[in-house]
Amino acid sequence: MKGSHSPRAALLRALRSPYWWLAPAVLLLLILFVGGLGVGFAQSLNYFPLIGLNSPSLRAYTAILTDRGFWAALGLTLYIALTSTVAATALALGTAVALRANHRLNRWLTFIYQIPLPVPHLVAAAGIAMLLTQSGLAARVLYATGALERPDQFPALIFDRAHVGVILAYTWKEVPFIGLVILAVLKGVGQEYEEIAQTLGASAWQRFRYVLLPLLVPGIVATTVIVFAFLFGSFEIPLLLGQRYPGTLPVAAWRAYIDPDLARRPEAMAMGMIVTVIVVALLAVYRRLVRRAW
Amino acid sequence: MSRRVSRPVRMTRRVLVGALIGGAVLLPLLPLLIWPFAHGWFFPDLLPQTWTLRTWRYLISPSARIGEALFNSLAIAASVVSLAALVGLPAARVLARAHLRGKSLIEWLFLAPLIVPGLVVAMGIHILFIRYGLADTHIGVILVHLIPALPYFVLIMGSVFANYSIELEETARTLGAGALRVFWHITLPAIAPGLTVAALFTFLVSWSQYITTVLIGGGKVITLPMLLFPFISAANHPQAAAVSLIFLAPAFVVLAFTARVLAGRPAVLGGLGRI
Repeated sequence: MKGSHSPRAALLRALRSPYWWLAPAVLLLLILFVGGLGVGFAQSLNYFPLIGLNSPSLRAYTAILTDRGFWAALGLTLYIALTSTVAATALALGTAVALRANHRLNRWLTFIYQIPLPVPHLVAAAGIAMLLTQSGLAARVLYATGALERPDQFPALIFDRAHVGVILAYTWKEVPFIGLVILAVLKGVGQEYEEIAQTLGASAWQRFRYVLLPLLVPGIVATTVIVFAFLFGSFEIPLLLGQRYPGTLPVAAWRAYIDPDLARRPEAMAMGMIVTVIVVALLAVYRRLVRRAW
Repeated sequence: MSRRVSRPVRMTRRVLVGALIGGAVLLPLLPLLIWPFAHGWFFPDLLPQTWTLRTWRYLISPSARIGEALFNSLAIAASVVSLAALVGLPAARVLARAHLRGKSLIEWLFLAPLIVPGLVVAMGIHILFIRYGLADTHIGVILVHLIPALPYFVLIMGSVFANYSIELEETARTLGAGALRVFWHITLPAIAPGLTVAALFTFLVSWSQYITTVLIGGGKVITLPMLLFPFISAANHPQAAAVSLIFLAPAFVVLAFTARVLAGRPAVLGGLGRI
């Protein structure tokens, strides 16, 4: 068969090409995803014939790059994504090491640990808000213990400048995500290295710092890159729990998009493109760190 | 390390760790369980003075549109899963096995939609959907949900096919079985557990979409999160908590089915961050 040059054999070979099996999915994503980004990019370049913008320019980019609100939004986005990622990574490391031992309580705990994973962001925001507003459940518990007398003595953690509520909601969502990756590595490594180190006289801290941590770092770094990128582009939680101004970059893009002034559309798209470039760059870093895609 | 620690100390430590982790996970969910049944639950009461089903009576009335939203959410998510499986299964199979030219580029095409915010893509594609009559329709919403859902499905099924041996398929073929019979009797049973996981999580990806539905559905296609959002932003705690519980239900069904699969399978997790 392979050496045959008849047209029929050639046709059969072409039909058996693996690309046919890929074509529907690839085509769908090219139209929807690449197409969507392409149109967005064109609009960010002020090319939007439907509203009479026919000559491409960098007007939208210069407008947002000279706007103080944009830089405030970018700073806020970086701050929220960074603090949430660091907090989640630290907690994930601690909890994963605690959950590593294989006993019955831990098997139950590992199940409970995963609960935040499939919880939608909207629900996480609702739960955190009801827990942490100044008349929320946490404030009531503190009242019952006598630690405070009035709701306004409870710190403002929702709609606050420091965005504590947003960061806590993100941390709550992401700890099990990072933690399960660490847990998988821990289970693969086993305890032998640590036992050897212990026989050689290493303390608990030394065993963690010089034996365990170096084994975990590659996985942790790759996972935090992806978590950071995801939180950077995330939208609902800062919209619900954050201050109105400046808002994170995706929130600012959304507000520009729904602005009745259609001329702000290109600015919304420009902000979207900047977010896209940043997260795709982070994905590239991730791909370098993790050779296999799957 | 556990050799030197006495049993009571070890047990106390375990229980303490358990209480800390369990508490941290469950605390934000606790108010969601109380508010839907609370009647006038004011500061500083730890529990409501009176309990009521008033919130639920309102939610099941037609004006709350819960039935419509529930139906739309379910129908859209089911369609997304079916379409993702239809075009995603062959793609995942080929990507996991064949050495293709341009494979790296194709992998990028399947990974990028998981990390680029749906908001940005939907803002761009909105104008095309308006032009081709897809805006404000269920089909338009299904298509925009496919942008993260399809890559996610392919990612999970790719990891399933990567550990899948085709020897049985070849044997069946040698014995004269046709392509369809091989798929139905050999391939499908072998990948069924992985396929279930992929379908369940793809369902959740669509189920949890908020902003893409708002943009492309234009307020005409009402799904559950679109009812939930205004309740949360208006701090209407009883309604927000009640709709949250309905919204959470499938998530917990999925978790109950798949918790054991999750640990040690970063590919499944890779997309889960999106929910």
